[in-house]
Amino acid sequence: MGSNRRQFLRIAGVTTLLGLGGGITLSASSYQPEEHSAREKEARLHAGRWGMVIDTRKFQTEEDFHRVIEACHSIHNVPRDEAKAKQEIKWIWADHFEHVFPGKENPFLAERVEQNEFLLLCNHCKNPPCVRVCPTQATYKREDGIVQMDFHRCIGCRYCMAGCPFGSRSFNFCDPGPYVKDKNPDFPVRMRGVVEKCLFCYERLEEGKQPACVEASNGGLIFGDLDDPDSHIRQVLREKYTIRRKVDLGTEPSVFYIV
Amino acid sequence: MLEKALDGSKTYWAWIIFLLAVMGVGSIFYIIQLQKGLMVTGMSRDVSWGFYIAQFTYFVGVAASAVMLVLPLYLHNQKEFKKMVILGEFMAVAAVVICMGFIVVDLGQPQRMLNVMLYPTPNSMLFYDMIVLTGYLLLNIVIAWNNLHAEWQRRPHPRWLQPLIYLSIVWAVSIHTVTAFLIQGLPGRHLWLTAIMASRFLASAFCSGPAILIILALIAKKFTRFDPGREAIRILSQIVTYAMIANVFLFLCELFTAYYSNIPGHEHILTYFFLGLHGKGALVGWAWVMAGAGILSLVILIPSRFRNNQDLLLAGLVLLILATWIDKGLLLIVGGFIPNPMGAITQYAPTGYEIMISAMIYATGLLILTILWKVAIGVKKEIGEA
Ligand code: SF4
Ligand code: SF4
Repeated sequence: MGSNRRQFLRIAGVTTLLGLGGGITLSASSYQPEEHSAREKEARLHAGRWGMVIDTRKFQTEEDFHRVIEACHSIHNVPRDEAKAKQEIKWIWADHFEHVFPGKENPFLAERVEQNEFLLLCNHCKNPPCVRVCPTQATYKREDGIVQMDFHRCIGCRYCMAGCPFGSRSFNFCDPGPYVKDKNPDFPVRMRGVVEKCLFCYERLEEGKQPACVEASNGGLIFGDLDDPDSHIRQVLREKYTIRRKVDLGTEPSVFYIV
Repeated sequence: MLEKALDGSKTYWAWIIFLLAVMGVGSIFYIIQLQKGLMVTGMSRDVSWGFYIAQFTYFVGVAASAVMLVLPLYLHNQKEFKKMVILGEFMAVAAVVICMGFIVVDLGQPQRMLNVMLYPTPNSMLFYDMIVLTGYLLLNIVIAWNNLHAEWQRRPHPRWLQPLIYLSIVWAVSIHTVTAFLIQGLPGRHLWLTAIMASRFLASAFCSGPAILIILALIAKKFTRFDPGREAIRILSQIVTYAMIANVFLFLCELFTAYYSNIPGHEHILTYFFLGLHGKGALVGWAWVMAGAGILSLVILIPSRFRNNQDLLLAGLVLLILATWIDKGLLLIVGGFIPNPMGAITQYAPTGYEIMISAMIYATGLLILTILWKVAIGVKKEIGEA
């Protein structure tokens, strides 16, 4: 992130010089992670490639889902406007098996699988098409595998939404401000006209914390370094059979499901 | 030369004022869209590109009006096109301006547009599209303007233009190819993920661009008595016909692949278009009008007996434009988003805002076209070519 931040500042400086983005730079500093003290830096969690396992057996009741989704949406200032369902914004949500794993359904699915819902979020793909298509590098892949977004660079062309084959991205069709209940001042409220999605809680990893959804999941979500063979997540992956969404498209999702 | 645009009849000025009025009304809607955001459109989380991007795609094709004259004239010495070529080139200019307009109104943050140039991203097809469209615009302006200027001064065309003209031919192919590549390489968008997408773009461009050009040229002839020449129209309509045959053929190839392979992902969207899917079928009517108009246009255009009759030719061309417009300007872009990545169907229809803002851009393009053609025809009249 250090180099990203430096690059960001350099670019911000250039745009300011060009007289294009004075206001933009000011507001940008409010959400880019601040430089941390040496102690905090130590607390920061590192990984070669962050990944997640969703233990779907642990998501049975509506409450199981609600808790996790709320944990994410409330700290990330995700707007809620029931009137505009088609233009809604969601970072993590739930849907039925045939929607989460299209092509994997069959007419005789086990009842538990057929009736249950499954969590969906950005897969932080290893070969992310959203990054490939973005014309401004507003969507980019960090060294730790997180597919990150720069809300202040995004031009709102929505090419990344066409590029993502998982429907993980949402667009701010209107100013989200009025629809954010109980704003979290530590996370930016987005502006109208930009795309957003789950960012694997990069801001919490920075402080040494697990993602909000993981924390709220009572062990249903396992988060860790896929590149580290000794990590807990790798141990889980070794022991349990997991599937991923649409592997045939070659994007290499970093989110795994125990079904 | 430009002063010729200022000297026109009452009808001319009425037309200009009409276009300005449409632009004015449309811009009110655009200002509201700027303030409220794209929520005023019918687009959604699932169908995240709509009418604007579809019009953009269609008008990239219309810009092919130039190359279908330039190529026969300069590579095959098809002298009949000499008088008309300037109209094609100026129409390409207007069409590219329309394309750019539609891209801009579709952006969520248009004031950051320059980011595409500030952070050039060679892995994004949009980056190349910006380059090829800007390049094509400049090439056509430079070539057409300098040619016309030379004619006006009764001098031979400047020699340095020759390489640019050849370049413009290759460049024209690139704008359709790159625009097709925008959508052709996206994993999981079944309607778009087809290797013949670029060929379809070329075929559709090479028929719809010149078809619109012929109609506009015949309208201009009525008002200005500038005759592009019977032979020119005849040969051009032949080109249009063959391109349309290729276009329809390629579409049928898509149908065959989808239904014979029986792969659900490939079938779904086509079924949605023509029959509706899961009880939803907002575009069924349009799809059948497209099919009907497309077939009928070929019935009229293929026999030269019909084609060489001007009234029938006009009817055939109008049907062709209708069919290609529904195909590319309505179904193709929206269809990439249906069903959504989860297999559910969210329907799309443009709102009044989208229509009015589109009208604004259309009017802007027509204004540019009118002015450029006015100048060109004025010069042609002065040097006795009309
Ligand atoms: S799931 Fe979609 S948005 Fe997330 S990294 Fe993959 S392609 Fe990009
Ligand atoms: S909408 Fe923003 S993030 Fe998405 S492709 Fe366009 S500029 Fe990139």
